[in-house]
Amino acid sequence: MFGKLTLEAVPYHEPIVMVTLAMVALGGLALIAAITYFRKWNYLWTEWLTSVDHKRIGVMYIVVALVMLIRGFADAMMMRSQLALATNGALGYLPPDHYDQIFTAHGVIMIIFMAMPFMFGLMNIIVPLQIGARDVAFPFLNSLSFWLLVAAVVLMNLSLGVGEFARTGWVAYPPLSGLEYSPGVGVDYYIWALQISGIGTTLTAVNFLVTVLKMRAPTMKLMEMPIFTWTCTWANVLVVTSFPILTAALGLLTLDRYLDFHFFTSDGGGNAMMYINLFWAWGHPEVYILILPAFGIFSEVISTFTGKRLFGYKSMIYASGVIAFLGFIVWLHHFFTMGSGANVNAFFGIATMVISVPTGVKLFNWLFTIYRGRLHFTSPVLWTLGFMVTFTIGGMTGVLMAVPGADFVLHNSLFLIAHFHNTIIGGAVFGYLAGFTFWFPKVFGFKLNEKWGKASFWFWQIGFYFAFVPLYILGFLGMTRRLNHTDNPDWTPWLYVACIGAVLILFGILCQFIQVFVSVRDRKKLVDESGDPWNAHTLEWATSSPPPFYNFATTPVVHDIDAFTDMKEKGIAYDRPAKYAPIHMPRNTSAGLIIGAFATVGGFAAIWHIWWLAIVSLVGIIAAFLVRAYDNDVDYYVQPAEIERLESAHLAKLAKA
Amino acid sequence: MTSHVIQSHVAHAAAHGHDHEHEHHDSGGSTVFGFWLYLMTDCILFASVFATYAVLFMNTAGGVSGRDIFELDFVLVETFALLLSSITYGFAMIAAHKGNKGGATRWLLATFLLGAVFISMEVYEFHHLVAAGHGPSSSAFLSAFFALVGMHGLHVAAGMLWMIVMIVEVNRRGLAPRTMTRLTCLSLFWHFLDIVWICVFTVVYLMGAL
Amino acid sequence: MRTRKYPNILRWLSPALAAAALSGCSGGILDPKGQVAADEKSLIITATLLMLIVVVPVIVMTLVFAWKYRATNTEAVYEPKWSHSTKIELVVWIVPILIVSILGVITWKSTHALDPYRPIESDKKPINVEVVSLNWKWLFIYPDLGIATVNELSFPKDVPVAFKITSDAAMNSFFIPQLGGQIYSMAGMQTKLHLIASEAGTYNGFSANYSGGGFSGMKFEAIAQPSEEAFQAWVEKVRTSGSTLDALAYDDLAKPSEKHAVTYYASVAPNLFGAIIGKYMNTHDVGTVGEILGFNTWPGAQICLAPANTEL
Repeated sequence: MFGKLTLEAVPYHEPIVMVTLAMVALGGLALIAAITYFRKWNYLWTEWLTSVDHKRIGVMYIVVALVMLIRGFADAMMMRSQLALATNGALGYLPPDHYDQIFTAHGVIMIIFMAMPFMFGLMNIIVPLQIGARDVAFPFLNSLSFWLLVAAVVLMNLSLGVGEFARTGWVAYPPLSGLEYSPGVGVDYYIWALQISGIGTTLTAVNFLVTVLKMRAPTMKLMEMPIFTWTCTWANVLVVTSFPILTAALGLLTLDRYLDFHFFTSDGGGNAMMYINLFWAWGHPEVYILILPAFGIFSEVISTFTGKRLFGYKSMIYASGVIAFLGFIVWLHHFFTMGSGANVNAFFGIATMVISVPTGVKLFNWLFTIYRGRLHFTSPVLWTLGFMVTFTIGGMTGVLMAVPGADFVLHNSLFLIAHFHNTIIGGAVFGYLAGFTFWFPKVFGFKLNEKWGKASFWFWQIGFYFAFVPLYILGFLGMTRRLNHTDNPDWTPWLYVACIGAVLILFGILCQFIQVFVSVRDRKKLVDESGDPWNAHTLEWATSSPPPFYNFATTPVVHDIDAFTDMKEKGIAYDRPAKYAPIHMPRNTSAGLIIGAFATVGGFAAIWHIWWLAIVSLVGIIAAFLVRAYDNDVDYYVQPAEIERLESAHLAKLAKA
Repeated sequence: MTSHVIQSHVAHAAAHGHDHEHEHHDSGGSTVFGFWLYLMTDCILFASVFATYAVLFMNTAGGVSGRDIFELDFVLVETFALLLSSITYGFAMIAAHKGNKGGATRWLLATFLLGAVFISMEVYEFHHLVAAGHGPSSSAFLSAFFALVGMHGLHVAAGMLWMIVMIVEVNRRGLAPRTMTRLTCLSLFWHFLDIVWICVFTVVYLMGAL
Repeated sequence: MRTRKYPNILRWLSPALAAAALSGCSGGILDPKGQVAADEKSLIITATLLMLIVVVPVIVMTLVFAWKYRATNTEAVYEPKWSHSTKIELVVWIVPILIVSILGVITWKSTHALDPYRPIESDKKPINVEVVSLNWKWLFIYPDLGIATVNELSFPKDVPVAFKITSDAAMNSFFIPQLGGQIYSMAGMQTKLHLIASEAGTYNGFSANYSGGGFSGMKFEAIAQPSEEAFQAWVEKVRTSGSTLDALAYDDLAKPSEKHAVTYYASVAPNLFGAIIGKYMNTHDVGTVGEILGFNTWPGAQICLAPANTEL
């Protein structure tokens, strides 16, 4: 009746987990109580949970990302403190099987449940606005994608309290992740969380590709699209081409685990190397998916705050395209040490190095955007400058490991860990944080407190170096990854420094939460009346802050890559038409949420082998989808009178500003 | 596509109903385009499983290989059923474009029946193999075979379910634009599965049996 | 307002890095004790220096440009619409292409020279060692000497060692940083590695691929003996231990254990290594070594191999 699930699944004997669960439960209850007390359930339901508005969905993605940042970072703090304590043969405070789940969860959470949602959140909010569209091509699908992510997040978090998580590292190589060495439910949680969120991600990418290609303002040529939209588009191309490979890899692993197939088993003719190839054929494009939109954000930020056109717009786009394409032919560099032979290793090594050429081109283009500009050191600019220095170092260590002979001694060492954190934190995370600050006033109508923003940057930046330079050194000293205790006295001082670095980053994150709190408190002082607080270049700034739900009363006419600047210079930025036409908008729907809920239950059932429940969930998903498909009341028209009212209110505020 | 007059001044843009007309005209087009993109992701999914098959098909773990278990005559009949079903679907689309509700329904039913023939034959083949001790747990070759052919079969079954829904929709609501868009998407799906089957038939069965 | 765009970080960092790098003289990869490791280290240094040609100017330019073109510096030239220059584009594409081309040639050559499968040229006959990663310890079999050890490896210095590696557990990675690079150990498959020590000493070895609960304790020592005689003395020491690694003893050894003490086996079942690989070759049931040794049907083990390594 309950499959493998029993009351024993709750880890009563692990105090750290139980305390965490208690805190989460209390926090959750407090949240529910607060919503009830302030009578916000109806508001929450109609304005957010059932919304198909890309701006709302984007905000919800970012909220999920920030919540998961807390969990992923807590994992990081636990790892750093454990390693600082468990030196010279001491055992530390974390039991090994707990630690081994933590490093697996840390990787999965940070990549799949923090970075990806953050990126998709920003993409959701900004891209339709940048191209002068009213929403994405398939608003319901957009909502569905979000709720599939939530389903995966719920499963991920349930694994802490019910059962266990995988103890394989975030890549889950067989045979370790096969049934023989991981008989528990941990790897199954991993599989279903990734599969469900992967479907959502693929649907989002399809959605945005159709949006960009079919729903742009008709006068905006492809080579006039804002750079952020372009880099997101390349990222989406990578998603649609790479995620199906992950689906296959995980699907085949599922067959091995559930139905005794022999794809990746050591016996029966299975070949674990096939999984590794499939996984990384997805895994490498994945990191470019994370970084390309961040590159776009840096371009927008730099050109805005130097008051200059972006240098080399066209070559930026081509460089991003080249990076995307090359990202597909380098995957073997993740396993040079698996014994492929010199010709194969050399090919993939050289292909990997070639990526540094277009990446370098982009760096130079940013440099020459600053050149002969007037740079304001706002916090988004600080993030960008920090990125330009930090990411360059990370890129260098990457090219270094692309040389197979060097990789033979650096593979799987802490040098590797330092490299990818260098590029992901210094590149992707800094980018998303810059974008968060940059676009915050557009979304909420008031700016973020700059002082706390700058403080956050400095803690992150300095903390990063304290945390990861020691790891580069430890890699040289011969320390490998995923150890839960060490006994080499030469390593100990560096482990201490790395722990201090993690604490500094913790302060950086705290500053960010304080920043949001202070900004909300002072929102009247920080208000953005004009919709264009930074004198920026692109169309999203032509709307009010926040924009009306329909984005644009009339479709903008575009002549130049910096469309809004062009309109401002021609004096037509705030013209109003003689009359407004009705606007076609989609209605809210709960279908996405319901399908997501069934996916959560179904995933849980699959994990615990509760077959009847899995089937019921699948039927529920299909039924909910059909109900949605045959719903005739899915859209409506906004009448000119209401448009007039909203637009006049905005223009009145503008006149005051 | 609706043609657009490029306005030199924003003030004129709203004078026409261009905006929402543009959306209406194109929403079917966007849907089909979006479906195409999804189908390409499905293509890559199949490609990945094909690649796995190519790597593992020689790993018979001392057991049977393709030559031992493939019955080409049987598979040929299956193949013709599926290929024929693509033709009948084509006729369904022709009827639908002509507004012929009854014709469309009949051809859809014919397609469904041919699909059912395909699926039942495949289920029979699988059952036969498992009963003979050549199930997917026996070797990597058999795992890859069952997964690739089985995944295709699951897609066909999903398509058949969709087809029933469409038959009901056509009968209840006629051939409205939204219905036509959905029939077009299903048509893409069905033909795509046909093409994948040709690859499966060639790579797995023909090359395996020779 | 702000007197320095970027604080002491970089000025503090460079000497610290240099000190650290030099202090890597305590058992890391920058402290090689063998030709392979020495080659790998010089490769790292060469590649890094080549890249610094671009990296240093980029970092310097970032800080200099940011400072010079700060908004409060109204004396600097301001060209808001200047956004293209063919000359600059040429330089920023061509210089990195040149550097990557040089690196590419170095990569091609070094990858072949440092191929783990490539035997080391020497007038001395290589010592053959068969390595099996188990949960969670390392078994070393010397097929020519008929002995085996757990978690302790030894060989004379200046003599090439030819490793054949497999696993009877999850995937691991056989790595002795001071002697050279690593290679994965995989069940049912065989990989190869060739190393040589240039100095006598005891070097750390471990698994560089996470393989489960006992991974952190999966360490061994690689002892480079100062002379052939010293090595023979070590072999004698192992022989006097008296235990035999036959099929039954092996099955016992293969059971999971952590931080396994160094163990010596004075004799080993013939072709045990082949049989361990062969376990995975039979039907869907993993055989036992005993079955396979007994049946004698797997003389050299028909091995399911990684695509490129097909020789035994």
